[in-house]
Amino acid sequence: MDTTISMDASATTLDPMRPLPYRVRSCSRETHDTRTLVLEPPRGQSLAFAPGQFNMLYAFGVGEAPISISGDPLERKALVHTVRAVGATSRAICGAKPGQVLGVRGPFGSPWPVEQITGQDVLIVAGGIGLAPLRPAIYHLLAHRSEYGRIVLMYGARTPQDLLYLKELERWRSRFDLQVEVTVDSASGKDWLGNVGVVTTLIPKANVDIHHAAALVVGPEIMMRFTLIELEKLGIPRERMYVSMERNMKCAIGHCGHCQYGPHFICKDGPVFSYARIQALFKTREV
Amino acid sequence: MPSSGLSVGQHLILERAHLPSLFEALIRKRYQLVGPTVKEGAIVYDRLKKVEDLPAGWTDEQEAASYRLKKRDDAALFGYVVGPHSWKKYLFPPQLLLWGAKRTKDGFKLTQAQEEVPPYAFIGVRACELHAIAIQDRVFLKDKYQDPHYKARRDKAFIVAVNCTQAGGTCFCVSMKTGPKATAGFDLAMTEVLEGRDHYFVVQIGSAKGASVMEKLPHKTPDAGHLQAAQARERNAAGQMGRSLETAGIKELLYRNYGHPQWEEVANRCLSCANCTMVCPTCFCSTVEDVTDLSGQQAQRVRKWDSCFTMDLSYIHGGSVRASPHSRYRQWMTHKLASWIDQFGASGCVGCGRCITWCPVGIDITQEVLAIRRSEQSETA
Amino acid sequence: MENVERLLMEHPFFQGLDPRYLKEIAGCAREQTFKAGEFVFREGEMSSQFWLIRHGKVSLEIFVPGRGPITFSTLGAGDVMGWSWTVAPFTKQYDGRALELIRTLTFDAMCIRTKCDEEPKLGYELYKRFSQVIGKRLQATRMQLLDFYGHHD
Repeated sequence: MDTTISMDASATTLDPMRPLPYRVRSCSRETHDTRTLVLEPPRGQSLAFAPGQFNMLYAFGVGEAPISISGDPLERKALVHTVRAVGATSRAICGAKPGQVLGVRGPFGSPWPVEQITGQDVLIVAGGIGLAPLRPAIYHLLAHRSEYGRIVLMYGARTPQDLLYLKELERWRSRFDLQVEVTVDSASGKDWLGNVGVVTTLIPKANVDIHHAAALVVGPEIMMRFTLIELEKLGIPRERMYVSMERNMKCAIGHCGHCQYGPHFICKDGPVFSYARIQALFKTREV
Repeated sequence: MPSSGLSVGQHLILERAHLPSLFEALIRKRYQLVGPTVKEGAIVYDRLKKVEDLPAGWTDEQEAASYRLKKRDDAALFGYVVGPHSWKKYLFPPQLLLWGAKRTKDGFKLTQAQEEVPPYAFIGVRACELHAIAIQDRVFLKDKYQDPHYKARRDKAFIVAVNCTQAGGTCFCVSMKTGPKATAGFDLAMTEVLEGRDHYFVVQIGSAKGASVMEKLPHKTPDAGHLQAAQARERNAAGQMGRSLETAGIKELLYRNYGHPQWEEVANRCLSCANCTMVCPTCFCSTVEDVTDLSGQQAQRVRKWDSCFTMDLSYIHGGSVRASPHSRYRQWMTHKLASWIDQFGASGCVGCGRCITWCPVGIDITQEVLAIRRSEQSETA
Repeated sequence: MENVERLLMEHPFFQGLDPRYLKEIAGCAREQTFKAGEFVFREGEMSSQFWLIRHGKVSLEIFVPGRGPITFSTLGAGDVMGWSWTVAPFTKQYDGRALELIRTLTFDAMCIRTKCDEEPKLGYELYKRFSQVIGKRLQATRMQLLDFYGHHD
């Protein structure tokens, strides 16, 4: 049975607020509150996106939420999103069953500067669900491995049960050209033999040449703030630190005003910013 | 004697007695006329059927937190300034159905977006409002994505501008360089002249559309006296500004004062009622609501006006980023006067004074800027 | 002895310390190895030692009735472990367990304290360095308390 959905492309390209129907191929459990969805596009729809971009995912009659694309940018047949259930819309998306249709608008936003940082060592610091928008960048770096220096991934989660992409982490860990350090905020002493402590404690141990290093950081804003402090202590310049910012989003096209961060619209000037560009805003409260 | 081929920029005289013919001509062309009319003690924008619907003989008295209508001692049709409505009411409606959808056996389908958008003729658009429309054009049409709903309404709109012949109590278009004379963005621009028994309009053609409408109406060529009368009244308005705002370096001023104690000071007065954002002709924040009917089979996405003064606007992950009234007032003013310049190349404020008039506690944006400027000056003194 | 001195000189923790003091401290240190699973120190013990971890990972744990041992921190190669010898009442407040085979430089706290009594300047230098350790651990603990990734409604 052909389950691809035909759609009217013209209506959508004319109106950026109209979602396209994508069919859920699978919805697999990552953790107690996080799912990874694989979505199939309607016939004829291109799946090109740049690492760091996001889509607006629509659950019929419930609402829309901005979700980072967490799949491989080289994959053209399926769209991958990792979603954490924090509200009505994300809960509805996490509850989607195979065969169900979700609406998709996008991709939106500024991507990770993977082209600009060739030749550098790359230090990736992910906190919690922050690993999801970084995963496409990791895929890209590994697919173009020889263009980069040392690559280090530092990943912090709440507990071992909250770690995403366990199988992938293991695969990455076993590579000789990638350093992976994982830590959790606390763990049962019986089951976990890995690091315990906030991810910032790992940073002084990063094996990178600070004169030729770039950092990609995603996590809760508070975690990013403390991480950037540690990266500065390490000696990485602010122009080569990149973060992914988050704010309330409704339209994702720069028209509704919700996602403003100082003069920046996170939906189109971000979500990826160099820390140098937003350093003053980062230090300002309630902005 | 109607002449053939009026040109853009040309001036002509339209007698007050012939104004109904302009209305009729626009109605014949299927325009829906909207413009100022008296309703519930204010001059608002609403459907106009005839010239008599205009607020003839009325004027408005505006001050911070105060708006009153007063009878004039003449029959001027446009002898007031701007009220609580702006043209965004029509171009960027307060509530708009973006699309509908219904469940199908294998998913859902969006219904075709074939909106019936009436062509509006805006009667009585002031210079500040022309700038406000141009500012919203930049937001909705000239950026990365276009809003098709705004475009449909905007493309069809016919604009009859009116040059202010007096200023309002809270006006400061001169400071913002947005008036009081209309210089661009209109199809026709009129200056109303009442002199003794004479009552006429000096009309300037602003576009080919405007020319083709005026051609068929009774009009005559103005003489030097007519033009001087119009210019004198336009100058009169410019000299009466109720407020002023120094714009030099204002972006940098506000960017370096995120921590200024004035924000806390104004927060003690601000009710976060969002009136200012509702009446502001350039504020464009909106929210999107996805709803279903009781059966769950049909869904709709509706866009509604929103305001940066709500807690909801900046809500994320269990809390509002701008939880304090201090941060929300700061967001509104800094956006309007500073960030807007970085975002869209020009200020977001047109000096119409509505936010001052309609603030229930009379917060005056010009005074707030002055307070910050003065505190910097006294520091360096 | 010479080997220990060299190790101390190379370690960032002791950087800037007068070589004379390094020699003194080295006299209080010996190399030690712990097997995986072995306790390096236990809650309630007198803080008679502190360690420089040379290799391997140590879990700092608190036993919670009903939940078992909860690890709140791990320390690894290059880390200094044990600051309670600087603060009265000089007792261990939690367990330290080797997660894998570990090698340490173990310092006799009594020996060090005696030398500090004799040379207060040495004491000042050591306390300066240990305050830094305590400060960093405290800040890291605060961040754990903030529960970065938790659900905050």
